Amino acid sequence: MKPIFMEDVLAAMAYFDNKMSVVCNFPVTHRATVLVTPCSRITELRYSALRIFKEALTGHRGWRPLWRNPDPQPAYDYVIVGGGGHGLATAYYLATTFRKAKIAVLEKSWLGSGNIGRNTTIIRSNYLLPGNEPFYEFSMKLWEGLEQEFNFNAMVSQRGIVNLFHSDAQRDAFRRRGNAMLLAGADAELLDREQVRAMVPFLNFDNARFPIKGGLLQRRAGTARHDGVAWGYARGADLAGVDLIQNCEVTGFRIEHGRIRGVETSRGSIGTGKVGVAVAGSTGRVMARAGMRLPIESHVLQAFVTEGLKPTIPGVITFGAGHFYVSQSDKGGLVFGGDIDGYNSYAQRGNLPTVEDVAEGGMALMPMIGRTRLLRIWGGLIDMSMDGSPIIDRTQVEGLYLNAGWCYGGFKATPASGYAFAHLLATDAPHQTAAAYRLDRFQRGHVIDEKGVGAQPNLH
Amino acid sequence: MLIPHPLLGLREAQEFTYLGDASLLDRPDGIADGAAAAFNDYVYLRENPAGLHRELWFHEQGDRSWLVVSRNTVTHEILGAELARDVAMRARRGGAA
Repeated sequence: MKPIFMEDVLAAMAYFDNKMSVVCNFPVTHRATVLVTPCSRITELRYSALRIFKEALTGHRGWRPLWRNPDPQPAYDYVIVGGGGHGLATAYYLATTFRKAKIAVLEKSWLGSGNIGRNTTIIRSNYLLPGNEPFYEFSMKLWEGLEQEFNFNAMVSQRGIVNLFHSDAQRDAFRRRGNAMLLAGADAELLDREQVRAMVPFLNFDNARFPIKGGLLQRRAGTARHDGVAWGYARGADLAGVDLIQNCEVTGFRIEHGRIRGVETSRGSIGTGKVGVAVAGSTGRVMARAGMRLPIESHVLQAFVTEGLKPTIPGVITFGAGHFYVSQSDKGGLVFGGDIDGYNSYAQRGNLPTVEDVAEGGMALMPMIGRTRLLRIWGGLIDMSMDGSPIIDRTQVEGLYLNAGWCYGGFKATPASGYAFAHLLATDAPHQTAAAYRLDRFQRGHVIDEKGVGAQPNLH
Repeated sequence: MLIPHPLLGLREAQEFTYLGDASLLDRPDGIADGAAAAFNDYVYLRENPAGLHRELWFHEQGDRSWLVVSRNTVTHEILGAELARDVAMRARRGGAA
């Protein structure tokens, strides 16, 4: 058999990558730039159809774990607290786009063990307010190039989202929101009742109390494989030289004269000049160790998945009269969720009244799912902020940065959150799309309150 | 979750609406010096503890009384409940809230 040389593989991979960029319409500008790792290691670890072919011919002996499992070094330039989606994305962009070195991610459990593994996988950029919409649209654009960027299959699927409306007033509100989306460079279409019916005929259009009048459609929205996103960022960060340190809980911050000097962890003390905290539902208890009270409450949000069904639901559908949203996974299960339970919680599980509420919402919207069996219910800790919008900012401690307050919108924000937080850590200036996410905006009266319900976290 | 209402006995938590941390009973003085900063802390900042949490629940579908419920946020175990009025009166008399 003719031997396969590395150069051939590389050349073929480059050819294949270019083809993929065209075929899948991914912007070529988002291609990976991996700087720190020696070229041979990247070649060895890069995924492609040709790599699968090569491994198949050589007995699959070349596959390696996705990342190393290093012990913590005594000091780093950057320490990211939290090895979830946002923390890993931050480390990834810090190492690749912003070309920083000596970075560690500290995770108290295993990578991706929090909300990145618990969400309902929806990606979208259909917000209203100027402080939010450009940020989420930036995130949407990053999603569109993500798999090419970090060379990992995150199963990004732009199957569309339709937000249903049930009254004239709601139609007006959605038309306004659609226009705001268009102004920020996103896509939006207002559908009338018959257009919605053509797309999703199985809905209960003539519900006596909440008849469906139409919907706001964003075609570029969709779903992504939540774990794949964490793994892709983790692998990309590891390849770029980031130390991903698991089972390493931050137990304290070393602060001298208002400046961060390091962190105390369950695996010893680590010196550093810059710490970025991205721990979602645990924000309160982690930042309390730096002596901080925040405009955040931790709540529990439940999610649900049914047994696998034949392809039934084409995209993501949200009910406009109750809190219920649903999509279908590639495996066939209906993935859905509703409102938060509504009381402070660190339990990672909710209670039955919310389950009943979500089931009622589902039955009101699509009675056909009534006989579907539920496989799993689970809960995640979410960091509900006082205006329903996130915080990406410095804190009063110099060198300590905060990424929090994602409420139940954290997953779709993962790429932009990581990018903007890396931008802040690397340059000390906010990314242009995240400039409104200031920690002091509550004090200054510049809240970003999409629902207009005020400082009541369980209503956002 | 069942809330042990001091007047009505065990009631389903669904009958209540949740407001938040019981520190909201302790409203700052609006005409004191530094009232703006005090109100910012009062309105926006929370302890958000993992563990024991004292919190305000309103018995909206019941006797419409406000309760201070002690609950463990890690286990959802409810440790006790008393009328918010009693807690506020006690604080006004100078006792511990």
